[in-house]
Order: sequence, then C-alpha cells, then structure tokens
Amino acid sequence: MSDSQADTMPRRLYRNAQSYPDSPAFAEKYLGIWQTYSWKKTGSEVRALACGLASLGLQRGDMVALIGTNRPQLYWVFFASQSLGAIPVPIYQEGIPAELEFVLNHAGVRFAVVENQEQADKLLAIKEQCPALEAIIYSDTKGMRHYAESFLYSYADVQAQGRQYDAEHADFFEQELASGQADDVAGIFYTSGTTGEPKGVQLTSANLLGSAEACNAQEGLGSADRQVNYAPMAWIGDHLFLSLSLSAGSCTSCPESPETLFADVKEIGPTMFFAPPAIWEQLLTSITIRMEDASRFNRWLFRHFMAVARRVGLDLLDGRSIGVVDRLRYALGELFIYGPLKNNLGLSHARLAITGGAPLGEDTFTFYRSIGINLKQLYAQTECSAYATLHRNGDARQDTVGPPCRECDVQIAEGGEILVKSPGNFAGYFKNPEATREVMTDDGWLRTGDAGIMTDDGHLKVIDRARDVGALNDGTLFAPQYIENKLKFFPYIREAVAHGNSRDYVTAFINIDLEAVGNYAERIGLSYSGYTDLSQRPEVCELIARNIEEVNQDLSRDSSLSSSQIRRFIILHKELDADDGELTRTRKIRRATIADRYGDLIEALYSSKQEVAVEASVTLEDGRSSTFNANLRIHDAATAVNKA
Amino acid sequence: MTVDPQTKTGGNLILEVENISLSFGAVRAIEDVSFSVIEGEILAIIGPNGAGKTSMLNVINGFYHPQEGQIQFGGEVRRQMRPYQAARGGIARTFQNVALFKGMTTLDNIMTGRNLKMNRWATNIFAAAFYVGPTRREEMRHREYAERVIDFLEIQAIRKTPVGRLPYGLQKRVELGRALAAEPTLLLLDEPMAGMNLEEKQDMCRYVLDVNDEFGTTVALIEHDMGVVMDISDRVVVLDYGRKIAEGTPDEIKSNQAVIDAYLGTSASSATA
Repeated sequence: MSDSQADTMPRRLYRNAQSYPDSPAFAEKYLGIWQTYSWKKTGSEVRALACGLASLGLQRGDMVALIGTNRPQLYWVFFASQSLGAIPVPIYQEGIPAELEFVLNHAGVRFAVVENQEQADKLLAIKEQCPALEAIIYSDTKGMRHYAESFLYSYADVQAQGRQYDAEHADFFEQELASGQADDVAGIFYTSGTTGEPKGVQLTSANLLGSAEACNAQEGLGSADRQVNYAPMAWIGDHLFLSLSLSAGSCTSCPESPETLFADVKEIGPTMFFAPPAIWEQLLTSITIRMEDASRFNRWLFRHFMAVARRVGLDLLDGRSIGVVDRLRYALGELFIYGPLKNNLGLSHARLAITGGAPLGEDTFTFYRSIGINLKQLYAQTECSAYATLHRNGDARQDTVGPPCRECDVQIAEGGEILVKSPGNFAGYFKNPEATREVMTDDGWLRTGDAGIMTDDGHLKVIDRARDVGALNDGTLFAPQYIENKLKFFPYIREAVAHGNSRDYVTAFINIDLEAVGNYAERIGLSYSGYTDLSQRPEVCELIARNIEEVNQDLSRDSSLSSSQIRRFIILHKELDADDGELTRTRKIRRATIADRYGDLIEALYSSKQEVAVEASVTLEDGRSSTFNANLRIHDAATAVNKA
Repeated sequence: MTVDPQTKTGGNLILEVENISLSFGAVRAIEDVSFSVIEGEILAIIGPNGAGKTSMLNVINGFYHPQEGQIQFGGEVRRQMRPYQAARGGIARTFQNVALFKGMTTLDNIMTGRNLKMNRWATNIFAAAFYVGPTRREEMRHREYAERVIDFLEIQAIRKTPVGRLPYGLQKRVELGRALAAEPTLLLLDEPMAGMNLEEKQDMCRYVLDVNDEFGTTVALIEHDMGVVMDISDRVVVLDYGRKIAEGTPDEIKSNQAVIDAYLGTSASSATA
C-alpha cells in the first residue's frame, strides 16, 4: 500500500504493518514485563476485532463507544471501527453516569467496548435508558464470570469469533478497508464545555492524519520515536499523540496503572512526552523535596549547578553561543546533576516535551529548559485536532504559545479573538449545525473563543477568554485579566483590578498582600497600625509603583499591548473580599460589583485629582457592618515606550 | 473448580475441628469446641474480646497444640501439627498485627510466600549461586505467579517499595498477597479489616470475595465488623469465653438469643430491647 493510498487511519495502520512489520507499535506492561505488539501483530489483532464486531452486526456508520484507561486493546477499537466505516466515540472513564448516558444517547452508540468490570457495571446500570446500546464488550475478564447478560461479550471471544468470520468471508475485510474515505468521520470527541451540554466534535481521518503528518515533519519525528500515552483517551491531546505514532510508525506505550506512571516513564525513556502544567509542577516539587533530604554536599552541588544552568542553560538549548568556561561548567553540571536528574525523570531521551492546556509558571518552564529538556508550549483545541501553535526548537518562551504550526494559520479577528486554520479543523459538531456555524467562519477559520495577540516576532500570546476582553478608546485591545495576572505575579500584590474598557488609558486598583508587605515593612523598619495605614504609606506606594512600572515595561514590548500600560493607580484601603461580594468564592473578580461600589474611585482615576475621600462599609465576619473614612492617594506610574 | 453458592452447604468438609480444648496453665482458652469448614465457603469466627478466636486460628495452623481434641484437615487426622506442616498442607494465614518483612519490598515479601512451592534442587544455595537454566526457569515461574497476585490485588505501583514505608491498609493487602502466593486451599485471615477506613474495608471485602470466587479458596476469617461479617460470610461460628455458643448462616446468627446475650449482656432490660 503506497503512502497516497494510506489516507485513512486504518489504511495507515496496514501500511505500517507492511513498511515496519516487526517494529513495535504498542507496548503495555503485563505481569511486570513490557509486552510489545509489532505493527504486523497489531494489524492482525485489529482485523480480528473488526471482523468480530462485524459478526455481531456492526454496520458502516454505527457508533462504537470505548471507555477505560489507556490500553492497546482499547486503541485498537479506534482502528477496528474505522476499518468498517463505524465511528469510534471515546468517553472519559471518570464520567458520572448522567454524562455517560448523555453521550451514549446523543451519539446513538450501538456497541461499547470497556476496559473492565468497573466500566461494564456503569454501563449495565444505565443500559435501560440507552435504547440504542446493543452490546458491551469487556477486555479484562476479572470478576466478569458470573455476569449472565446475553449482550456481554469478552474481547477475546469477539476476536476469536472474528477470526472465524474472517476465514468464512474472504475479502470482506479488504473490501471494507478499501471503501473508507479520507473525509469519513474517524472519531467523535465530546468536549465538556463550561456551559450547556457536551458537544461532539467530529474529526476525519484527513484531520487527524493531516495534523499528525505536519507535526511529525515540523518536529522531525520518525518510526524510532517512543511515547507514553497516559492522558484520558477521550481527550484530543492523547489522540494527537496516537495519530503522531500512527503517522510516523513509532511506538505507543501504555502505563501499567495510573499510579505507576512515573516509574513506567522512567523505564520507557520516551523521546516525546506530553504533560499538562500540573504534572510538570508536581515533578519539580518532588525533585525539590528530594533534594532537601539529600546530603549537604549534594545539596551544594545541586544549588551550584542549577545556578549555572539558569545562567547559560537556556542559551545553550536555544543555540546561542556561550563562553568556553561556561560551556565546560555546564558539561560538568550535565555529568553530575542534569544528566542524572533527567534520567531519574525518564526524560534523558526526550527530544520533544510539550505542555499545554493552561499556562505554565515561568520558574517551572525555565527549570526544565535550563537542564536541557526541550519543553515547549502547545496551544490548540479539540475543534482543530489539538494542532494550532507550538514553539519551534530554539525559540521557546514561557509567555507565548509559539508561532502557528506547519500548515497552520492563525489570525486575530477584530475584538481580539484568535482564529485558526489548521489541517485539523473539524467537520462540525455532531447533530448540532447551529453550534458549528457559530465557531466556523464561511471561509474555514475556527473561532477559538480565546483572545490573543501576535507578538512582533510572530508568536501567539493567549490573553483571556474573548468575551471578557474590551477595547480602549483608541481601538486597541484591553485584556483586564491579562494585566491583572501580570500584577498578581508580584508577591506584594494580592489582588488587582484593571480598568480601561471605553476609556482613554488603563488604570488599576491594587490590594497589597498584608503578609508580604508587612515583612517588607519590618525589614525597612516601618511601623504601621493596620492594613489601611500600611496600604497608604509612601514607602509601600513606591514599592507597588516599582512593580507596576515593571509590568509597564513588559507590556511595552508588544506593540499591541503597549497602550495598555497602567497610567494611574490606587492602593485600596481594604482587601477585596468574597464576604462583601467583591470576589467570587473562587477569588475571581466581580467587575460589576466593584464598578458599582467604587464608582467614585474609578472616576477619580480618570480625573486630575491626586486624592480621593472614601467612606467605606465593611461586612464583618459576624454579619454586622461598619463604616469608616479614609483619604486615598492616587498615584501616577511611569510608562515605557514601545521600541518596535 | 469453584463451588456453586447454592451447593456450598452440601460440599465436602475441608477441615474438621473436633472437641478442641486448649489451656494455658489454669486459663481455659478454648473449651470443647467443634465445628467444620466446608470446601469453598467463607466462614467467619466471631465473638467478644478474649473469646478465643485467635487461639482457635493458632490451633488450626499448628502454632498451638490443644490438650484435647483433634483436627482433621484434608482427610488426615492430626492431634498435633507443626506450622510448616500446616503450610505444606495448604493452609496460609495473615496476622492480626501485620507480620511482614518490613525492610523487603512488596514483591520480595510475596515471593517468600512461594517458598514452599520452590523446587529444592533448583533453588538450593549452590544452584542459586550459579543461577543456571533450571534455577532461572524456577525463578521465572514463581515470579510470574507473584506478579499474578500483584495484578489481582492491584498493587503494581508498590511492587518495589519496602513494605515498612507503606500505609497500614496496603501492608494488610501485601500480607494477603503473601498468603495467596502459597496457593492455599484454606486461607485463615485474622482480622483482615482491623484499623481500616471504610474505603479500605470495602476494597478488602472485594478481594476476599474475589479470592473465594476466582480461585475457589476456602476462607476462615476472624472479624469484628459485624456489617462485614454478615455481608461476606456464608456461615458464622460464634465463640464466647472459649465455648462455641452458636453456628449457622448470618441470618440465623442475627436472631440467635445466645449470641445477642453474649454481645449485649443478659439483663432483662436489654433482652426486651
């Protein structure tokens, strides 16, 4: 089968079975030993499963649900369904019955393949409510012996039945495989969505393979690469990795159990590794904790060489030149610290490490890159097959998500919304053309719902949800949350509220952090009577002004954010509090309440006044409220000039 | 190989305890107790503190030697039995206070449970020193069985962890694993759920039921949690002050006046409650 014919997911699988028959395709740990399945073996397993499903009555266009943790047998369900023209629907295994029921009914699932008894029980409990569901196939037979239901089948039995069916129906499988089209839907991925019901994102073989091929070409991935797939199978990020491996002919390994993930990663030594920020941070924390238990000499060694890494590691990874002495010191560090550390994380061989889904802290990002792990940020959505932007080697920064990927195009719409044109742009929501029209423009751009800017060197910066973003009077983008997050990054600033929508310039309310600023006051010998007093001290104002000027400097570097620099600010006399309705219980700012309660202050910020009197009422913890008067000073902050 | 739940009561007797009396000096720990264990069942031994439950288990696996009475196990009548004879005969047990090798890993602890199953010619000190073909094969065979136990008990993540570093609930599970590694025909569990939280108890119940169901292992257990006892056991034997006061299905035991008296006292006011 030539490459051009291998344009569907299953046909690509059988091309691999021809091109790399004996290379490993899938690996899983069983009884403590890694068992590998070659591409050839995978091909025959998938064929047996597909024929088995056909013998149970699976038709072209039917829906096949799959539920469980990452197992080769479950990944094969994708290929087996696709080879018959049926559509796989992966479902989150942690989902509550109501969610499960919704997806099963919305998609009209006829067959479900589950990992074990736990998932089978879940389906049995809701089977009555899912009239379309005809058969449940379980992979792990443990505990299933006493189930008498006639619609329950074991995976091995279905495969055995399939082998027989295959023998009796010569050419059946080949014909089915040949009649697939690249534009057939190859999977429906339900996205949770914060509002309303989940939507089924339909992705075609062309979407998945197109993205994967472009990504493999961009990153230079090939059949010798290894990955560990542990993220939920219903999540598009995991599927992008599966597509990468299918397209390149590389090996996908499944951890033994969720708890053994890190030990398994260490044993596999993946060349590509994806983890969300939480995992990267968790790994860093565990390293830090373990270093604290180390001997004094080892601790000193670690500190010394980490300082070297921070100074020159990034330059080295990004291919900039560094001095001979530093190069030597870094090489020593690699020998004593970075090498063993990477080995311990299982990332010695990782050529490509990806984070995505949420921003990663600067320190964490720098730590991994400085010890030589090529950590890069990816930005995408299910609707574009998880393929939109990704840092290039030698050009990764923590504050952006990189330039558009190969064959992708990104543009910023009026109002700041990020639009994506990717080979992975989806084939519409299942049974929801209305929602599809809302996110797809007529000329094929995907509206992401995120607001962002393109930096002057072509990186995308994601700023906020598009609906939260406003504009200054001169028409430039105003993203309050982005500015506030930058401010809150400083330890002295606990909370910040940026104003500027339909105004001439940006101003801010600041809440100091009592503990951090209190410490600072102690250090410089400043006495104060309480929060309100401390917040108005000139020394404190200077401290905050310096922080704000730093933020301004930072903002000035991007031409599109330069006009969002903070011109004036007030340090509030009281902490914004959820009890007063100013914050939500999860500490998100309630802009309307604040605009209403502090309207005078906001007006003063946009006047020439240098001081404003407040009469504030506070609700005490026992429910009583009291009022007090204070004079708040309004400060001007220095702004910087955009150099670009 | 398993016994149908309905036919359990009619099954073969695997163990018969006949008129056992055990005393330590003047203390009568067990007095004239007889009961039998049916192949494939889960039998619970319950009773207030000091009723002689653990002593009974110790008699069964040959640690204590009763002054009177005899035990029939696997068709052989024994007055006195050594613990290793009991182990060879297919009796494995866990302890009220976990008795693992704390410095060894989970895997090594479970491997010790295979000790009696090892071929002594392939695993003697000289063969082990050279680690030649038969020894290698022998190790692989036992390691495979240990891994099946690990898979069954879902303790893959702690395979290489020294058990001393594990939380109590997991140590109990490892101990069960070591007992299972011996492929017992009769499994004695001394308070397998003691000191566990609800979730750990539920897990442990599931494992005990699965052992019984999947491997057909007969289980005799001591347990204080009445909810657990009533849920998982096929039959219950009740001891009080060293005597057997009742024997029967959980439902029979629940309504047995002697048992209620033993647990609640015998005053007239509580009897009416």
